[in-house]
Amino acid sequence: MNGLQETLIETWHFYKRTLTLVVTGSKLYYAWCFSLLAIIVTGLVFYLKQHEVGLIATNMNDQVSWGLYIANFTYLVGAAAAAVLLVIPSYIYHFKPIKEIVVLGELFAASAVVMAILFVMVDLGRLDRFWHMIPFVGSMNFPQSLLAWDVLALNGYLFLNLLIPIYLLVKFYYRKEPNWKFILPFILASIPWAVSIHTVTAFLYNGLPARPFWNASILAPRFLASAFCSGPAIIIIIFQIIRKVSRYTIAIEDEALFKISELIAYSMFLNLFLLSAELYKEYYSQTVHIASFKYLFEGLHNHKQLVPWIWAAMTMNVIAFIIFLIPATRKRLATLNLGCLLIIIGVWIEKGPGFVIPGFVPDPLGEIHEYLPNLVELMVSFGIWALGLLIFTLLMKVAIPIETGEFSHVKYVERAFRMDEERQAWKSWK
Amino acid sequence: MGDKLYNRREFIRNVSLTALAGLSLPLFSSCSKEEAEDFLQKHFREMTSEEKKRVIAKLEQRYLQKYGRKFQISTKEALPETLWGYGLELSRCIGCRRCVYACVKENNHSRHDPQLQWIRVLRLKRGNLINLENSEHYYNPDLVPEKGFVYLPVQCQQCQEPPCVKVCPVHATWQEPDGIVVVDYNWCIGCRYCIAACPYKGRVFNWAEPNIPKEEINPSVHYLGNRPRMKCAVEKCTFCIQRVRKGRYPACVEACPTGTRKFGNLLDPNSEMRYIIDRKRVFRLKEDLNTESKFYYFFEA
Repeated sequence: MNGLQETLIETWHFYKRTLTLVVTGSKLYYAWCFSLLAIIVTGLVFYLKQHEVGLIATNMNDQVSWGLYIANFTYLVGAAAAAVLLVIPSYIYHFKPIKEIVVLGELFAASAVVMAILFVMVDLGRLDRFWHMIPFVGSMNFPQSLLAWDVLALNGYLFLNLLIPIYLLVKFYYRKEPNWKFILPFILASIPWAVSIHTVTAFLYNGLPARPFWNASILAPRFLASAFCSGPAIIIIIFQIIRKVSRYTIAIEDEALFKISELIAYSMFLNLFLLSAELYKEYYSQTVHIASFKYLFEGLHNHKQLVPWIWAAMTMNVIAFIIFLIPATRKRLATLNLGCLLIIIGVWIEKGPGFVIPGFVPDPLGEIHEYLPNLVELMVSFGIWALGLLIFTLLMKVAIPIETGEFSHVKYVERAFRMDEERQAWKSWK
Repeated sequence: MGDKLYNRREFIRNVSLTALAGLSLPLFSSCSKEEAEDFLQKHFREMTSEEKKRVIAKLEQRYLQKYGRKFQISTKEALPETLWGYGLELSRCIGCRRCVYACVKENNHSRHDPQLQWIRVLRLKRGNLINLENSEHYYNPDLVPEKGFVYLPVQCQQCQEPPCVKVCPVHATWQEPDGIVVVDYNWCIGCRYCIAACPYKGRVFNWAEPNIPKEEINPSVHYLGNRPRMKCAVEKCTFCIQRVRKGRYPACVEACPTGTRKFGNLLDPNSEMRYIIDRKRVFRLKEDLNTESKFYYFFEA
């Protein structure tokens, strides 16, 4: 009885202190959170308008029936899957610098999945019927529909990427050795699961013979390759920001960032190689199926809206590849960051709008209808990105002090002198 | 201590619930009364006949209020030993689009901004047929047929292996025993995956709340066919399910001035469709995709 009461009180303390931790911060922290909130509210207002009048509020139509939302969804699934690039070196190969930050990477993946799911939700015409998709409650078309697979895969991945980091953080909060027999199977499961979320998302497009642009078997490998460029690039940037603004001294070593950037170099090579394999096949064989590629890369019947975008993306990807290939530029933070930014934008164009829109142009009856997102779609998208960033910020606000040992069970706080010792203990099991 | 703890917790709970309600209130308030009423409605195929009757009564009441007409809403099931097939004689089509507008009227399509159409007539330069990239969808001459062009009407091809049914994440669309692919407009979540999957552009989406002038409404409807639809649900040609299950021809077949359009039961050896398949040179659009469509194009022998 006494033990239970103590646990309850401690849990309450944990929540209370977490809340305090989240709502107190520097001026910069407040400014950041409130600007994100402002963007979220703006996005919500635009979404409400869309919800009221229907999807006619967007620029999508019967010709191009998916647009910016699904483009963002595709990109974010990839970014989320990329956490696996931290999981493998840290838990399998015990590469220490990355092990220090793997929990943060997993929380990043969780935030990215939340954004991906939200992008699907805002794209649904009938949000009120969302429950039709819930297994056992509605009538999910499993295993026939790849969208049903995606719902299961994404939610499973979200569960894993919340369970693993939260379990480890709570254990450290209480200064207890994690039960590896319990958590290791989940960690191991998260590796193939990361690959599966992006594979399933690729298959979602891949399985449509009506759309030759997507109906290429190289699609899933291409998706994974580009995801393993963009996701880690975002993580490298975010970790440096954390290192700069966090008042705790979190151990994010340059070496970890350089290791991640080396992985990006390999992935970008694969990405460019697979793309060129596809381009070769289309341009050498010159069948009618080349139409979408032509629309994307050179314009079709004088419709060339996407052409400058894709060439910009190609240029960025190639420059970034060179930066990441050469150890000297890879291992200098200035050039490293430039490369990351180029990859984040380049891959977004390539596998977001540059991948979704040409699938619809020309449409199956040969009609060419050019699509550009309108203000509603842009604002709703910004709102979701802001929400994801806010979720990630708040998670970091709690996770980092736990990682550094500043935020822990009450009885340890009073014995601050033991802190260093404890930190050593934490590091040794890691 | 305990007291204080309870109060605090209660405070936090109240604040968060209020915030949640406050956030979702605009969402609820932008739902119409109809949407709220239909929220928990079951999938059509899972309803008992009693539940179907209740839904029909509700809809009749609603339509009476909205359009001032008494509707007959049928839920008539497929006729036994029937598999509907369609024939279209390309050499006869003059591209007048009367089928398009007969369909719009019969099937209670949204009329203005946007006007939905289930039939699309493509104009192709003579010498082209399969590469639709060279087609014109919005030709608008004073007189048809135009010299040097042929016309290719396309609508839902009622595939026997429909890609749209396969991809629907919620079973909102399915194939009936008589081969017609239908949609439960009340079950569709509006994800538009079926539109991406259809090789024939056979599906259109209600991007906005559909509008039909009262005086143009067709009150003789089928639940899975031409009943008035709602915003953000998908819809498609049903071979005029409301007509063909009562032994009538689809509206487009009746409207065609040149006799281009044929219709019949593929399982009946004496039907017009079987006659055409046996004696004419028929082909189906995009046969290479193995959709096994039941829409046969043909030329005069």
